[in-house]
Amino acid sequence: MKETPLSNCERRFLLRAIEEKKRLDGRQTYDYRNIRISFGTDYGCCIVELGKTRVLGQVSCELVAPKLNRATEGILFFNLELSQMAAPAFEPGRQSDLLVKLNRLLERCLRNSKCIDTESLCVVAGEKVWQIRVDLHLLNHDGNIIDAASIAAIVALCHFRRPDVSVQGDEVTLYTPEERDPVPLSIHHMPICVSFAFFQQGTYLLVDPNEREERVMDGLLVIAMNKHREICTIQSSGGIMLLKDQVLRCSKIAGVKVAEITELIQKALENDQKVRKEGGKFGFAESIANQRITAFKMEKATIDTSDVEEKAEEIIAEAEPPSEVVSKPVLWTPGTAQIGEGVENSWGDLEDSEKEDDDEGGSDEAIILDSVKMDTGIEVSDIGSQDAPIILSDSEEEEMIILEPDKNPKKIRTQTTSVKQEKAPNKKPVKRRKKKRAAN
Amino acid sequence: MEEEMHTDAKIRAETGTGSSPRGPGCSLRHFACEQNLLSRPDGSASFLQGDTSVLAGVYGPSEVKVSKEIFNKATLEVILRPKIGLPGVAEKSRERLIRNTCEAVVLGTLHPRTSITVVLQVVSDAGSGAQLLACCLNAACMALVDAGVPMRALFCGVTCALDSDGTLVLDPTSKQEKEARAVLTFALDNVERKLLMSSTKGLFSDAELQQCLAVTQAASQHVFRFYRESLQRRYSKS
Repeated sequence: MKETPLSNCERRFLLRAIEEKKRLDGRQTYDYRNIRISFGTDYGCCIVELGKTRVLGQVSCELVAPKLNRATEGILFFNLELSQMAAPAFEPGRQSDLLVKLNRLLERCLRNSKCIDTESLCVVAGEKVWQIRVDLHLLNHDGNIIDAASIAAIVALCHFRRPDVSVQGDEVTLYTPEERDPVPLSIHHMPICVSFAFFQQGTYLLVDPNEREERVMDGLLVIAMNKHREICTIQSSGGIMLLKDQVLRCSKIAGVKVAEITELIQKALENDQKVRKEGGKFGFAESIANQRITAFKMEKATIDTSDVEEKAEEIIAEAEPPSEVVSKPVLWTPGTAQIGEGVENSWGDLEDSEKEDDDEGGSDEAIILDSVKMDTGIEVSDIGSQDAPIILSDSEEEEMIILEPDKNPKKIRTQTTSVKQEKAPNKKPVKRRKKKRAAN
Repeated sequence: MEEEMHTDAKIRAETGTGSSPRGPGCSLRHFACEQNLLSRPDGSASFLQGDTSVLAGVYGPSEVKVSKEIFNKATLEVILRPKIGLPGVAEKSRERLIRNTCEAVVLGTLHPRTSITVVLQVVSDAGSGAQLLACCLNAACMALVDAGVPMRALFCGVTCALDSDGTLVLDPTSKQEKEARAVLTFALDNVERKLLMSSTKGLFSDAELQQCLAVTQAASQHVFRFYRESLQRRYSKS
């Protein structure tokens, strides 16, 4: 679907409001929207909601051979997908620019900052390492995808537990989660992206732009930072020209925001761990608020199946027996048999259509079926004669069937509709080829 | 949007009037549904069944590409995305099954030359393929209802499994599915409880098929009651 264009009056309205330091949802310039983190039942699965923007993150692991130039390091793989439900404009072929930009930024933020210790992912140097794969799916696009995605990625990585492995000499033992508790990944720090949107050539800035604000912004500055105030990645796009003190100011704001977000993440992770340890219920089912009018739950319910057997037997007794389909094999030669007639052979049509140019399109009396196999008596005769067994003779004579055009107009459905006369000698080689096809 | 209400959402566990001779296998695990949780799609629903959870978003009726346009009815498209990795052949086959089910119930002729897109995202998957299909069907139905797409009936998906000694298990867990001799998934409509789609795996006799159908019909009554109650709750004035 094409993206609905933003109307001029809406654009003007938004820009005027921003000039007066007002945002449509009532936030202040440096305010983030509400962040809500919920975890699933399996480790490494989380959904992050930044206002209405929703991202699902899942981490999975696999034992693979390492890269040749990094034989002792594990492999990290990030994949952000813009699901088609996130916005009507996200169609499979159409989102490549934005997708590449987001994926690249996410990779720089998480991979190049070395937040995950890849050396600890090595099992057998040069042979087996862990490949950690982070899949992020954008479920709803309400602006600021990169922030939500980076939070989802780091939360999922912190939440994930990989199976325990032990190496004794040459033997590598992989334990299932039932045998030994899975082990968390070793994460040095948590880089989180903070986005700043600039308007009116850098005069006004907003933190955490929503979808409308993103449409009217001039440029975007993304700073990825961790709570130790180390900048992991910084990217400015949109062609805005920023002054040095603007960038410094943004980094200070980012430091404050990242500290808040990191605290929120830690609390969410601790809560989830506590619930799991105490044996309480966890997972997405629990995170659906009970009081919401649009949410509804139902507990386990038993179904009465006492009369099922009788009902089933009744149905079977009343059902008509299936029609007998007897397959009559036709023996062509010893070693070659045929069951069924197959589809009407249309090879002949190709050659006829080439000859068409020579033939006149005038009306003729006879339409000759040249795609005849030995047993296409079906085409012409009634269906009732199916019961007669079909026995093949060795004769290679072709049955010439002449049809009147008005009687059976259906028969010419795969034929070229123009009438033609076939020259008999041409038929023989053509027919032989077709026969082989029929025998297959 | 959603309002917070102090209503008791839990329903008492229903017990059948007669205990089934088939044993404890015939019960549905708990399920939950939330509607209208995404702001961009026209309709959205999240359906949780046991450990499987699917999020569905519906866009439609909306603009359709000229190449996909059908002159007298709506073009229905179903997209299923797995959680890990790229979508493969299994997803394509499930998409087709769901699309055929939806096409049977959606009144496409009321919206010719438009497109109705159902996007399904697997949120949590207990490793069971048949359970996932049933959950996708339920989520798709609730999302279509939320979007206001006209339909001639609602539909639901129910799974049952037959293990090696012929015991029927409704709504099997992934372990039960792996050890079962046959796993059957049916989509039923709520007007006459007719069969819209069936997808089976494994060996079973025709008597067993009829029994499974009868059991899933009884179970679907339950699911439809859940639909009705959740919609009643949503549109209630008190």
